[in-house]
Amino acid sequence: MFPKRFIDFPDWNVGNPFLDFERMRRDMNRLAEGFGSGLPSFSTAGVFPLTNVTEDNNNYYVRAELPGMNTRDIEISATDSSLSISGQRIIAEEKDHVRYHRREREAGNFSRMISLPGSVDTDKVEASFMDGILKIVLPKSEAMKPKRIEVK
Amino acid sequence: MEGKDIQVQEKKEVDTQGELTQEGPFFVPNIDIFEDDNNIALIADMPGVSKDNIDIRLEDGRLRIQGKVSKEAPGKYVLSEYSIGDYFSNFALSTAIDQSGIQASMKNGVLRVILPKSDKSKPKKITITSN
Repeated sequence: MFPKRFIDFPDWNVGNPFLDFERMRRDMNRLAEGFGSGLPSFSTAGVFPLTNVTEDNNNYYVRAELPGMNTRDIEISATDSSLSISGQRIIAEEKDHVRYHRREREAGNFSRMISLPGSVDTDKVEASFMDGILKIVLPKSEAMKPKRIEVK
Repeated sequence: MEGKDIQVQEKKEVDTQGELTQEGPFFVPNIDIFEDDNNIALIADMPGVSKDNIDIRLEDGRLRIQGKVSKEAPGKYVLSEYSIGDYFSNFALSTAIDQSGIQASMKNGVLRVILPKSDKSKPKKITITSN
């Protein structure tokens, strides 16, 4: 016990060189990501499909990459504050006698829930699917929209 | 296949120093490659690529695929789980290909290329004559 305490770094953060280094590394990553794609730093729920969400004054825009899927195999439902995307990705079986050199594309079921930052008008949600990308437009509920206030 | 859940795969970024003149990031698509006696087939997941934005080249026994993706998104980001970039893939073909017979199609973000083997690279069945 006793020797170990000596080897350990102190529990408080000040003066821990590794912690500074770790912070620096994270900053560098963020900087690199910023340069690469112009997007904010990454955080993922780790659930398929990965989604990107953007917003403007009127809508939330949700996008997910679902290459090779058909619209009939995708199910979307929305509540006033969440969106659920589920479905099944089917990859057609090739003939029996083919020899695979590489097999990276995955088939299977998926289901995920995304909580939205604000409430939406569920009656006006629209979804489209093109080139393997699912796009969902969720209009913000009136109460969520920013109001322009005239200065008299 | 039934009951199996799809696992999240992070996109693989291409390390293409000196290979490309455009700005990145570039990603390697998930690919299936298989062959039978007559053809080599390649299927690549390239979401966001339309059939007009794909470039396929066969040069010196190498197949090179490049797909352009629109990086535009309306408004500002509140959640960003996947990054967006063009796709790039490049590999050597060990068998001779009949170039005139190559077929490529694009549907729902999936590219399918059929490369017919040239006659001399098709396997010949050899019959053993007993004496």
